[in-house]
Amino acid sequence: MMPADEIRVAHEIQLAHDGAWHTVCRYGDLLPGRGVAVLLRGEQVALFRDRAGELYAVQNYDPFGGAYVLSRGLTGSRGDVPVVFSPMYKQAFDLRTGVCLDEETAPDGTPARLLVWPVRVAPPATR
Amino acid sequence: MHPATAPHRHLVLVGHGMVGQRFLETFHEQAGPGWRVTVLAEEPRPAYDRVHLTSWFSGTTDEELAMCTPEFIAEHGIDLRLGEPATAIDRERREVTTSAGRTLRYDALVLATGSYPFVPPVPGHDADGCHVYRTLDDLAAIKAEAATARTGAVVGGGLLGLEAAGALRALGVRTHVVEFAPRLMALQVDDAGGHLLRRKIEELGVTVHTGAGTEAISAGPDGRVRSMALSDGTELDVDLVVFSAGVRPRDQLARACGLPVGARGGIVVDAACRTEDPHILAIGECAQAADGRVYGLVAPGYAMAETAARQLVAQEGEFTGGDTSTKLKLLGVDVASFGDAHGTTDGALDVVYANSRAGIYKKLVVGSDGRLLGGVLVGDTDDYATLRPLLAGAPLAVPPERLLLPAAAGAGGPAPLPDEAVVCSCHNVSKAVVRQAVADGNTSVPQVKKCTKAGTGCGSCEKLLGTIVSEELAARGVATDRGLCEHFTHTRAELYEIIRVKGITEFSRLIDEHGSGEGCQICKPAVASILAGLANGHILDGEQAALQDTNDHFLANIQRGGSYSVVPRIPGGEITPEGLITIGEIARDFGLYTKITGGQRIDMFGARVDDLPRIWRRLVDAGFESGHAYGKSLRTVKSCVGETWCRYGVQDSVGLAVELELRYRGLRSPHKIKAAVSGCARECAEAQSKDFGVIATAEGWNLYVGGNGGTSPRHADLLAADLDRPTLIRTIDRFLMFYIRTADRLERTAPWVARLDGGLDRLRDVIMNDSLGICADLDELMRRHIAAYEDEWAATLADPDRLRRFVSFVNAPGVPDPAVRFTPERGQIRPVRVAGPRLEVRA
Ligand code: SRM
Ligand SMILES: Cc1cc2nc3c(=O)[nH]c(=O)nc-3n(C[C@H](O)[C@H](O)[C@H](O)COP(=O)(O)OP(=O)(O)OC[C@H]3O[C@@H](n4cnc5c(N)ncnc54)[C@H](O)[C@@H]3O)c2cc1C
Ligand code: SF4
Ligand code: FES
Repeated sequence: MMPADEIRVAHEIQLAHDGAWHTVCRYGDLLPGRGVAVLLRGEQVALFRDRAGELYAVQNYDPFGGAYVLSRGLTGSRGDVPVVFSPMYKQAFDLRTGVCLDEETAPDGTPARLLVWPVRVAPPATR
Repeated sequence: MHPATAPHRHLVLVGHGMVGQRFLETFHEQAGPGWRVTVLAEEPRPAYDRVHLTSWFSGTTDEELAMCTPEFIAEHGIDLRLGEPATAIDRERREVTTSAGRTLRYDALVLATGSYPFVPPVPGHDADGCHVYRTLDDLAAIKAEAATARTGAVVGGGLLGLEAAGALRALGVRTHVVEFAPRLMALQVDDAGGHLLRRKIEELGVTVHTGAGTEAISAGPDGRVRSMALSDGTELDVDLVVFSAGVRPRDQLARACGLPVGARGGIVVDAACRTEDPHILAIGECAQAADGRVYGLVAPGYAMAETAARQLVAQEGEFTGGDTSTKLKLLGVDVASFGDAHGTTDGALDVVYANSRAGIYKKLVVGSDGRLLGGVLVGDTDDYATLRPLLAGAPLAVPPERLLLPAAAGAGGPAPLPDEAVVCSCHNVSKAVVRQAVADGNTSVPQVKKCTKAGTGCGSCEKLLGTIVSEELAARGVATDRGLCEHFTHTRAELYEIIRVKGITEFSRLIDEHGSGEGCQICKPAVASILAGLANGHILDGEQAALQDTNDHFLANIQRGGSYSVVPRIPGGEITPEGLITIGEIARDFGLYTKITGGQRIDMFGARVDDLPRIWRRLVDAGFESGHAYGKSLRTVKSCVGETWCRYGVQDSVGLAVELELRYRGLRSPHKIKAAVSGCARECAEAQSKDFGVIATAEGWNLYVGGNGGTSPRHADLLAADLDRPTLIRTIDRFLMFYIRTADRLERTAPWVARLDGGLDRLRDVIMNDSLGICADLDELMRRHIAAYEDEWAATLADPDRLRRFVSFVNAPGVPDPAVRFTPERGQIRPVRVAGPRLEVRA
């Protein structure tokens, strides 16, 4: 693990929701390349960390699988785009924008796009 | 359908066999709409591939053997009358009568009635249990009989007889071959070749009697064959007899209407395939060709079919003589002969290579002018496809002995083929035509086969075809892309070797050094499986955890709604009452849906991620282990109840299934692996539909490989017969490890075996004869797997770090996922689909 990572292990991860930052876990809870699910005031958010330490947060609901499972998908890249693959039917979603790269519309007719949340490693001052 | 404009001429084809079908194809390629075509067929099904008939026993289906589609019949408006043979021809009135009593007037009549098997008129030849070997119906009858038969005899040791013997053997019947001539395949091979062939056939467990005639067959009081007396005084106890003592042309229709037939049968035709009657043509095995011969092979038949079609349409084309090359398709024995195999041409010289230790005999017949005239290959027919096209071409460019020596000794590789060399003799396709097809954009063997037809006959040229296609592609600078995904240009097998040789244990290092980007859902699990296959510790440890597909990540299969299923291992499907009760209690306590799976075990559905550790705690405490239903790994070894209880069983199939399942449990592989063991040839465990299947015989175990159900079902092929238990297990060990090492991602064993250069024979060579010298390695890999095995669930439960992931929410560990919901159905639960968040797109 890189030294910078070691320093961050205990740092808090925060999601922006309804105009405020909410602490959801510690940096060390995240495995590079995998996700966790977060329950945020009744909403389910899938939170990921990639190998470079970058963080992403999108909705946990998979519009194709019809279930709250995206946090259990594998991450990776499609060209230069960081993506998560649905664990149900393997569609790829752009982690930065939530846009599905494989289909335009979800089975219910809405655009195939996930909600995204701003996410950050909390600056030490806020702790 | 053609509109009825011009007065149509009526063509009647009698016989819808291989040659009849080829005639129809050529005729319709050439003829305009001026013809109306009726086909009278005796058999209840349209033309099928008789040459590959024997493969029906190893699972090739009727559909796969079919040569004519309903679309072909419809497209050309053919009136195909199945099961309605012609019974008489009236040449004066130009009418054919059918068995249904109809009469059809013809403008042209084509006879393609083939042959019938000759049955020597020995006493008892028509007893119950006596069969011939010509049609699909014959094979079905033999198969039904073989289920209860113990010993069979094949009368006739020619090409077909040996094929039939191989088939009987594979059906689990003790088999004798009785041949009148002093050697087997007397027509094709010479004495030395025949001798070696006999040894090889006997190694397969078939008893050979040469120089012996069949005197009489006796039936028991039930009318069924009981024994057979040979001219050398031998008495064989047999309950099944297959006659394969040659064929006779079916020329009765022609004889009855006064058309000339040859001295030994066969409707006499000229080089244009016309009989004495200008309105009647005859083609295929029922005809005696212009050179006075009756050909019993399909290639000359096809050439006659094409000649006849061209004659009818354009009055051109000739057939004066054909190729009689043959290759035996019998399991485990390679024999080929081509051209003037016996060296009867004036001034012909033999060049012989014999290696009796390796069981190889090869002979080439070379003319005084240096041209290749023919040859015989026994034990190693790899060169058949390259030698045959050199027949009667230019004088050989290299000394003939160079062509015979094993590749390593005869430096310089195979002789380059000239463009005009005929690569596929069944369809008369030259190398130039194959090269042109590649130039036209057909870049794979299947595409080339489709557009040139090469390789779609007897199949013996397929390997050469592959070589020519790849050479041509390479010459054109086309690279064949088998890369895993956008992140790796390597195949799975190449990555396996890189990881093994460099001792890589982390995905990061692999992708940084040998790939690009961050990876994806294709390469990550594939690499995870390779790492696990090389016994790199628990799959949830370190970086490996980040690679697993969600199923492996939670050691359970994700299901509708996001719940998981739980499948404990139940080796061989054997379970105690206590085991059943434990599973029942756990399912009841956690409110899970239960079902017996198709894999002879029990699946519990509807578990939330949070519940998985608690459910498994109870299972592990009761002695259960992970069933790996979530992994690309060994699934189940199904069993039938076997000898212990079943009154027909001959071995302990449950015991072996349990042993195999425990041996290979947890073995990660390119795709899932399924297996089964049956206690006798009745095959209640369906072992022939598995990646590897074992069927008990009186002497040991038959091992089948490369079968599967699923999307493209395929029956497994017999790899080896009557193995003892240690040999059986060692062979399966190597089969699995060789597969794991070299297969592509998500490639099951069937396509993998098919893709192996040399197919099943090659596989046998590598894992049974150690032709690559890797068996010690394969054995060592399996030993390591067995030594390193631990139950993934027990290990997970013992480690708090691994358990941490089994929560629904990282920030609310005690809260179960409220979105996983169920409703009752038939007394159990079923998942309910839930709605997602309303989409309001944020910037
Ligand atoms: C549970 C079960 C159905 C049942 O209720 O009986 C089942 C369920 C699934 N099968 Fe199966 N198959 C089940 C027996 C079979 C069988 C029968 C057998 O094993 O004898 C076959 C045909 C035999 C074969 O595989 O050759 C079978 C052929 C498939 C295939 C097609 C494989 C192929 O090569 O074409 C898939 C898809 C795949 O693996 O890519 C598949 C995939 C699946 C998956 C993994 C699909 C998925 O991704 O969810 C299902 C997982 C269910 C789960 O969570 O446990 N399942 N599946 C059976 C579990 C057997 C077991 O105890 O492990
Ligand atoms: C097991 C086996 C393996 C073989 N292996 C090879 C091989 O490796 N290489 C090779 O070159 N050849 C092989 N052959 C031979 C090859 O199959 C024949 O040469 C080929 O089938 C001949 O085709 P055909 O159309 O002349 O005859 P067939 O395919 O026999 O077709 C004749 C058809 O006419 C029908 N018929 C007969 N009388 C009538 C009637 N009065 N009215 C209507 N229909 C009628 C018959 O029922 C039959 O369906 C093999 C044959 C067998 C049985
Ligand atoms: S396969 Fe097994 S169960 Fe079936 S009949 Fe044979 S021994 Fe009995
Ligand atoms: S030689 Fe028979 S298919 Fe090509």
